[in-house]
Amino acid sequence: MRRSLLAFGLFALLTSKVFAADYVVDTTGAHASINFKIQHLGYSWLTGRFNTFDGKFSYDPVKPEASTISVNINTDSVDSNHAERDKHIRSEDFLYVKKYPTANFVSTKVESLGGERLKIFGNLTLHGITKPIIIMAEKIGEGKDPWGGYRAGFSGTTRIAMADYGIMTNLGPASTHVELMLNLEGVKQ
Amino acid sequence: MLRNSSQQYGWLSILFHWFSAVIVIGMFALGWWMVDLNYYSPWYTDAPHYHKSVGILLIALTTARIAWKVSQTSPEAIGNKWEKKGAKVAHVLLYLLIFTMFFSGYLISTADNRGIEVFNWFTLDSIGRLFEDQADTAGLVHEYLAYTLIGLASLHALAAFKHHFINNDTTLVRMLTLKQQKEQK
Repeated sequence: MRRSLLAFGLFALLTSKVFAADYVVDTTGAHASINFKIQHLGYSWLTGRFNTFDGKFSYDPVKPEASTISVNINTDSVDSNHAERDKHIRSEDFLYVKKYPTANFVSTKVESLGGERLKIFGNLTLHGITKPIIIMAEKIGEGKDPWGGYRAGFSGTTRIAMADYGIMTNLGPASTHVELMLNLEGVKQ
Repeated sequence: MLRNSSQQYGWLSILFHWFSAVIVIGMFALGWWMVDLNYYSPWYTDAPHYHKSVGILLIALTTARIAWKVSQTSPEAIGNKWEKKGAKVAHVLLYLLIFTMFFSGYLISTADNRGIEVFNWFTLDSIGRLFEDQADTAGLVHEYLAYTLIGLASLHALAAFKHHFINNDTTLVRMLTLKQQKEQK
């Protein structure tokens, strides 16, 4: 009896180490953001973000390659702090949110680069087009929060060409690519 | 003759009318053209700036115009009962459409608390975001009402031509000249 209990405890301890934990991105408390930046005329960076999205990931610090992540974005929540520009970004010229109300990223493979750095391969669907991308990510930290939960947070960046996603509006030679910066804190389920 | 009479429009009313006509048609053309401008067009920022500036001045002009109109008599409409009724309804609608165009346009540009710069002369402040999707919804309203306004204005012009060429009455002429017209019929 004693032995089986011990074995059970050991098993539980092992499994919690071996099997990745599932996290839900904390959008309720807004400890996550999906930001973008694009050059304006080649003279400066224009930044913006998507206010409405959700995501989940599984992560095991011992076996980071087993991690998976998926993120859904409501494209009409684009916010660059300028109503007229946002209206334009939502229009047919750019995101065409009426036709393509969501964008999403689903990972296909994760490579550990040592330390807390990860290379996340996956497919980004945007403007109705799905293309493989690579997100260079880094774990910022993980641990217990003060309210009884457990959290892990990551930061990642990638760069996409608008033309790859069928967004052909010409913003000039310096503004053909958009950089995406994701900060995602997940709460362990 | 500054003021209107029961037969004739005074010159201020005539000026208000034609000035408004030119601005409304010009604003429609400008708006229609500017929404498709290329990002690198020299007009990309100036055209909307003028469109917004003129729009705000037009609403001031229209407010003055209505104040002037209600402060005095207007020439009697010419035509049968339903023509008179129809003309009245169309005129009120034209005024309403001009005001709705102003409000919808204003709501697009001020949805993020930014005010509207009028010819670098003064800024009309934003009253903030009043509803969800304000810029998009107001934009659609602005677009469809613009077509409605131009459609109704065209009907208004056709009706004036009908009065002039078919009925041979003074409806059009009294909006063009101060010369006292002879009584018709």
